[in-house]
Amino acid sequence: MKKGLLVALFAALLATPLVIQRVRGGGEASSSDGSLSAEASLERYGFHLREVSDEAGLDFTHQAPQFDEKLSHIMPQVASMGAGVSVVDFDNDGRPDLYVTNSRRGTANALYRNQGDGAFENVAAEVGLADVNRVGTGVSMGSAWGDYDNDGYEDLFLYKWGRPAIFHNDGGDGFTRVPRKNAGLPDWANVNAATWLDYNRDGHLDLFFGGYYAEDVNLWDLETTRIMPTSFEYAQNGGRKYLLRGRGDGTFEDVTREVLGPESGRWTMAASAADLTGNGYPDLFVANDYGVDELFINKEGKRFQPAGEQAGIGFSPKSGMNVAFGDVMNQGRQGVYVTNISEPGVLMQGNNLWVPSAPTDSAPGTAAGVPQYKNLAGAMGVELGGWSYGAQFGDLNNDGALDLFMTNGYVSTDSEESYWYDFSQVAGGNRAIIGDAAHWPAMEGRSLSGDQRSRLWLGDGAGQFREVAQAVGAGRRLDGRAVALADFDQDGAIDAAVAHQRGSLLLYENRVDTGSKWIAFRLEGRASNRSAIGAHVTLHWNNGQKQVQSVSGGSGFCSQNQRALHFGLGTGAQVEKAVIQWPSGRVQTLDAPAPGTVHPVTEPKASGEA
Amino acid sequence: MSTRKGYSSLAGVTRWFEGFRYDPRFTAPLLITGILLAGHLSYGILESYAAVPVAIGTAVVAEMALSRIFRGEWPHLASAYISGISVGILVRTPFLWPFVLCSLLTIMSKYVLRYRGRHLWNPSNFGICALFFLAPFAVAPLSIQWGNNVWPMLVIWMLGSVTLYRLKRFHICAAYVAAFLVFSFVRTQFTGASFVTEIAPITGPMYQLFVFFMITDPKTTVSSKRGEMVVAVAIAFVEMLLRLGESVYAPFYALFLVGPAALLVEMWWTERSAEAAPASEDPPSQEQPAPEGDAVPRSARISEQF
Repeated sequence: MKKGLLVALFAALLATPLVIQRVRGGGEASSSDGSLSAEASLERYGFHLREVSDEAGLDFTHQAPQFDEKLSHIMPQVASMGAGVSVVDFDNDGRPDLYVTNSRRGTANALYRNQGDGAFENVAAEVGLADVNRVGTGVSMGSAWGDYDNDGYEDLFLYKWGRPAIFHNDGGDGFTRVPRKNAGLPDWANVNAATWLDYNRDGHLDLFFGGYYAEDVNLWDLETTRIMPTSFEYAQNGGRKYLLRGRGDGTFEDVTREVLGPESGRWTMAASAADLTGNGYPDLFVANDYGVDELFINKEGKRFQPAGEQAGIGFSPKSGMNVAFGDVMNQGRQGVYVTNISEPGVLMQGNNLWVPSAPTDSAPGTAAGVPQYKNLAGAMGVELGGWSYGAQFGDLNNDGALDLFMTNGYVSTDSEESYWYDFSQVAGGNRAIIGDAAHWPAMEGRSLSGDQRSRLWLGDGAGQFREVAQAVGAGRRLDGRAVALADFDQDGAIDAAVAHQRGSLLLYENRVDTGSKWIAFRLEGRASNRSAIGAHVTLHWNNGQKQVQSVSGGSGFCSQNQRALHFGLGTGAQVEKAVIQWPSGRVQTLDAPAPGTVHPVTEPKASGEA
Repeated sequence: MSTRKGYSSLAGVTRWFEGFRYDPRFTAPLLITGILLAGHLSYGILESYAAVPVAIGTAVVAEMALSRIFRGEWPHLASAYISGISVGILVRTPFLWPFVLCSLLTIMSKYVLRYRGRHLWNPSNFGICALFFLAPFAVAPLSIQWGNNVWPMLVIWMLGSVTLYRLKRFHICAAYVAAFLVFSFVRTQFTGASFVTEIAPITGPMYQLFVFFMITDPKTTVSSKRGEMVVAVAIAFVEMLLRLGESVYAPFYALFLVGPAALLVEMWWTERSAEAAPASEDPPSQEQPAPEGDAVPRSARISEQF
C-alpha cells in the first residue's frame, strides 16, 4: 500500500513539468493569445498595434558588418549588432523623427523626418548623417541625442565599432562633425552603449559611453584571434568606459579616471542614467555582457561610487543587454529592466527587473544612500523572452501603468539547424579556449536563437505583467535589437519603432481605446541643460496614483525614446499635479494640468514658478 | 583552583576528541561544500541564495521521511545533502520549483526504481535527467566556467583527485577523463572542430561535479575495480555518441543509460556465477549488505555519494 502510494506520487511528480508548462504557457509561443482583430484587441487590452512601415515610407533594411576573414567561421555572431534606432526631433518641428544605424562598410544611416501626415522622408544624406560608415572609420552601432551646447537643437553622438563621432546640429538644417581633438573622443573604440547626462549639474551635457570589444581590437584587421570574452559570465577583457565632461562649447574633457574610477573591463552593452538615490544627481546603470551589471552612484557630481554589490545587483553574472528605467509599481521609484538570454534547456539566465526594495530617501536634493534592489522579474512575469535585446517601458494602452516592449532573437539564417550545442560547448571552456575565436566551432550557416518574437507585457501597476504581443499585433519573428517608443502620429498613443539585425525597421502604429486618457510633458531647461536630460516628473492623479518618469539621454539597447514624457491616466482621470525636479535642483509644480495634450514646460528661473 | 579547572576543561576536550571518530561519509559532503563555497566566495556563482538551501532542504526532508516510512530508521543524511547541493549547483533556472521537483525525484528514485534490493540509477543523475527531459522550457544545465581563471579549476581538480584517491575511487575518474580525451579526439574526426574545442566542456565545473561525485557513486557502480573502469569508459563512449548528436546533456544522459545497464549486467553475471559455484562457498565480501539494506560493496560504503 505504502509502496503503491509512493509510486503514484513519483509518477505524479514526473508529470508535474507537463502540467506546469500547460498552466504557465512555458513555451515561447503559448504565453500569448493568438492574433486578435483590432477591435478585439482594443476591447480586451485597450490598444492595438498595426505595422505601418511600408506605408510610412520606412524602407530601411539593416546590413550587418563583414569583419576580418579570421572570423569568417563565426561571422554571424560576431557581426550580430548594429541595428540601432533613436527618436529625435532634430528640426524642432514638434514631431518625433527617427535616426537608424547601418553597419556594413559603405552603407548609409537614415534620418527619417516625420512629415506629420503619417509619412517619413529620409533626409540623412541632405543633412550629412548618411555617409558615416566609410572604410577605415568603422561602422555604426547606435546613436544618442542631446543638446550639448544648449542652442535649442539636438546634437548627435554616433557610436561605432570604430571612430565615434559627435555631430553638431546646425539649426535643424544640417550637421557638422565636431573635430575629434575638441570632442575628446578616442581614435578607436568598439562602443555599444552611450547616454548623455549632466553628472555635475552644471547645465552642460556630459557623455558616457562604454566599449564592447577592447579598444585595441580592429575587427577588420585583426592581429590575433584572441579577442573573445575570457569567460561567458566573468569576462573582464572588454572595452573600457568613457566619461566625457562637457564644457558646453563643443569641447569635452575625458574625466573617466577621476570621476568614474577604475576600469572594470566588462563588456558594456547598454547604459542609462537617472537619479536613483533621490539626491538630485544622475546615477549610472550599466548592463554588461558576459558579467554582472554595474551601478555607479553619483556622489554629488564629484565622483561616481561603484555600488553594484552594495545595491544587490552586482551578483549573478548574466548577459546584460539593456537598461530601461520604469516606475512599474507606481510608487514614485524607478526600477531597472535588464535583458539577458533565456534558451530553454540550454541557458536559462532570465531577465532582471531590479525593483528598489527599500525606500530610499526620495526627497529630491537630499542626501541618500545606496538603493537596495531585488530582482522581481520572475514574480512580476517579465523574466523569460528569448535571446533578449532592447526593451523600453511605456504606457501603451494609457491605463496608468507602464508596459514593457522587448525584442528578441540573436542570429537567424535560412538553415533550421541550431548552433546552440557548439556554442554551449565552447562557452563552458576555460579562458584559453573561449577567449580565442579560432577555437569557436564554425557556424556553417546555423542559427542561434534566431527569429524570435517580441514580447509586449502589459503592466497592471501592482506588480504583474501579462504578455500580449501576438494578440495586439506585434507578433513578428525576427532578430530584434533596438526598440524606441514615441507618439509619432501625435494621437496620444505611444507607437514603437523596432530595428532588426539584418532586417527591416518596423514601425508599429498604436491605436488606443479613446476612453483612456493621457498627458505628456515636453521639458526645456534653462539653468539645466536645454534638453532637460535628467529631469524627473512625478505625476499625481486620481487621488493617490503616482508615477515618476525621467528624461533620458539614451536608454534600452542602442536606442532612445522620445524626449517628451508620456503618462497614461486610465479612465475618468483627474490629474492633481505634476512635480518637476529639474537637473538644476529646481522644483516646479504644475497644478491640475489638462489631460489629452502635450504640455511644453520651460524651466522656471526659481523653484516653484509655474 | 584555576589550574585544576583548566586541566579539567582540557581533559574534557581531550575526551571529546577521543570520542570523535571521523566518519568517511563526511568526506564527499565536505568536498562538494568546499567547492560550492570556493566558487561562490570567489565568483558569486549562486544566482539565488534560495536555490541551494531549497534543493538541500527538500532532499534532506524527503530522505528522512522516506527512510522513516520505508526502512523504519532515521537515515544518515550525507547522501541526501550531496544530492541536494548537486541539484542546487547543476540545475540553472530562474525558478525555484525545479529545485524542489528535482530533489524530490532524486531522493524518491532511490525508493521507487529498485531491482533486487538495489536502486539502479544514480539518484541525482536520475533527477537531473528527468528534469532536463521533462522541463527543458524552464531549466538548463550548469555549462559555464566559474570565473575566468585557470587556477581555481586546477585546485579543484587536484583536491578532488586526492580526495577520491584516498577514497579509492580515483581510478574511475581517471578512466573516465582519459576516455573523454580519447573520444574527444575521435569526435574531431567527425565534427571538424579542433581538439581544444572538443575538450572545452571538461574544463568547466559541471564536469568536476560529474566526475568527482556522480560517476563515482558507490551504490550505483559495479563491484570490481576493473568493472568500474570499464563502465567509466563506456559512459564516455556513449557520451561521445550523444555529443555527435549534439546533445547538450550528453554526460548526464550517458550515465543515465550506461549506469543501470552495467548494474543489471553485473547482477546477471553474479547470479549466474553463484548458480555455478558450490552452495557451501562463502559469498564474496563485496556482497556484504549495506547499512541501509542495499546490496552495496562494503568497500564502497566509505563514500556514500549522490
